[in-house]
Amino acid sequence: MDALFSGLDLIARWDVFLALMVGSVGGVIIGAIPGVGPAVAIAILLPTTFAFEPLVGLVMLLGIYGSSMFGGALPAILINTPGTAVNALTTYDGHPMTKAGDARRALALAYSASLFGGLLSVLALILLSPLLAMIAPHFGSREIFLAALMGIILVVLAHRGQIFAAGMLAAFGIFLNTVGLEPVKYTQRFTFGQDWLQSGFDLIVVVLGLFALSQAFVLLVQKDETPHPQPVRGSLLNAMKEFLGHKRVATVAGGFGVMMGMIPGVGEFTAQFMSYTYAQKTSKNPDAFGKGSPEGLIASEAANNAVPAAAMIPLLALGIPGEALTAMMLSVFYVHNVIPGPQLFQNHMDFVYALYISMIILNLIVIVFLLSSTNILIKIIQIPTRFLGVLILTLSFVGVYSLRNSVVDCAMSAGFGVLGLVLKRLNLPVVPIILGMVLGGIMEVKLRSSMARVKSPLDFVDRPIAAIIAVMILIIIGLHIRTMIIEHRNKLREDEISHDVEDSQMR
Amino acid sequence: MVFLMFGLFLLANIPDQTVFVKRTKLFAQPAFWPILSIGLMTVFAALHAISSFVSPRLDGRWQEVTFWLRSLEYVIWFMVYVAIVPLAGYLFSTILFTVTITYRLGYRGRQAWMAATGSAVVIVILFKSFLQVKVPGGEIYELLPTALRSFMLTYF
Repeated sequence: MDALFSGLDLIARWDVFLALMVGSVGGVIIGAIPGVGPAVAIAILLPTTFAFEPLVGLVMLLGIYGSSMFGGALPAILINTPGTAVNALTTYDGHPMTKAGDARRALALAYSASLFGGLLSVLALILLSPLLAMIAPHFGSREIFLAALMGIILVVLAHRGQIFAAGMLAAFGIFLNTVGLEPVKYTQRFTFGQDWLQSGFDLIVVVLGLFALSQAFVLLVQKDETPHPQPVRGSLLNAMKEFLGHKRVATVAGGFGVMMGMIPGVGEFTAQFMSYTYAQKTSKNPDAFGKGSPEGLIASEAANNAVPAAAMIPLLALGIPGEALTAMMLSVFYVHNVIPGPQLFQNHMDFVYALYISMIILNLIVIVFLLSSTNILIKIIQIPTRFLGVLILTLSFVGVYSLRNSVVDCAMSAGFGVLGLVLKRLNLPVVPIILGMVLGGIMEVKLRSSMARVKSPLDFVDRPIAAIIAVMILIIIGLHIRTMIIEHRNKLREDEISHDVEDSQMR
Repeated sequence: MVFLMFGLFLLANIPDQTVFVKRTKLFAQPAFWPILSIGLMTVFAALHAISSFVSPRLDGRWQEVTFWLRSLEYVIWFMVYVAIVPLAGYLFSTILFTVTITYRLGYRGRQAWMAATGSAVVIVILFKSFLQVKVPGGEIYELLPTALRSFMLTYF
């Protein structure tokens, strides 16, 4: 309890509050503009936050992360274009409601579901934290190594249908991290004798290239588009009351969000898929899903908003980021020499609580902002997309150049920008590269330090948590192979029966 | 597919660029992770290549490649911007950059000019004047009178 109060004390400062305001309001706006997601914004702001204290910088980035999905629901519902990638499912039921003249109702439901998901996850985490503080110290090098390994495996397997590509890109990320002068034996790795490769590839340079510059290039080369949504009339607050009738779906969806957020490499999409399926299966009106079902909308929004708070768990407790945004936040910690991990939960519980409390405040600021300024936001999102590209390009420059005023960094970043553009156009994921870079670095260090005490391979898993994680990895791979075999068999059977395919087999 | 070729090309370079240090265990070898990652990359890239050869080819592949190549124009614009910042100063180069690119993109008229200049000024004031990010002053600031010069160096 003491930690909770001293956490409150930590955030009761004007600069933290200002960062929270800027982060949350900025996050909503960024989320609402199709074409700019939280990843672009966090990548650009990252170098700027290095000048702040860790808490101030983190609160701002967390604000953007947590609030962008609130904003992203707005264009998803009004113009059938998700503001951020994780709002894609919201378009299924949100936009049909707008077409039926129910835009206000859809927005109100999305906002309240988002708020509910966000608050539920923070509360769950505050309650879970003491437990985590008990478990965290049992995580040594090999446990963290295994957890990072599990994160990589999960992020690869999560890209169904593109596993080979995701595996290739994750390995590429691990490789990128090894380039340069290696700090233990001082040998050169893949520098080809070039001076500019000595210091390797900076994560921020890569992130800015892959997320921000690539997006700018895509927008600049594409045709111009200006969305023109209709303004929303009437009080959103009154319309939010309908949400109270869907508490069950929202709670389950939020629960899935929390669980999936905590597992590195899984994230929003899986949580949304699970909660949407659950909502449809248990609904009294399953046929309405995809045609404007309020339950579908709530399942999607409550699940994705429950993820950010939960995703902070592996980051804070183990120092393992589960996806690209938390991977970027990890660098804020490193710059300030605060190493997230078990010690953070043991010794700086107040810091952890401060982050959680700011997430609660963030949700409240966002909802007040949205209720009062939805129509202003509708005006803001009408920026022509190519001009948006110019703005992202200009802002990316500050991000890369301010790191160390290096032209080489800018060129590298532009190179990664083109790579990101190609990957985006090919529909291949960018996230495995970033996670490969971050988790690859963690695995290298942790494997080296843990092997010192390991004599035989079985020694590696002779501690309970290490054994549990190792078994989990085996189960994950096993389950995946099983699904692949089942799908393959179904496909063969479908070929045999050819026309007479039962609906139940279709997914 | 172009990326795939690039991946495969990189794989061919493995053995030249890593070192095996003597008297060190395999797991602590500096070459361990590069070899592991490149090995994995080869396997996955090969599997991906096989699967893309097996799947039917899409029309308009070369149009797609031209789309990629068209992005290079903006890479050049960006690098020109990077090059002129240390010469012309952050404020001036940013205004020049946004206005030129906005014109290049085909936005004409007073509103476009105002939007481009306005956003450039806001970005510079926000990041350089307010947040004090590290962007060096331009060489042309040397030509200014002393008092104004130090002001410009600090804030723009």
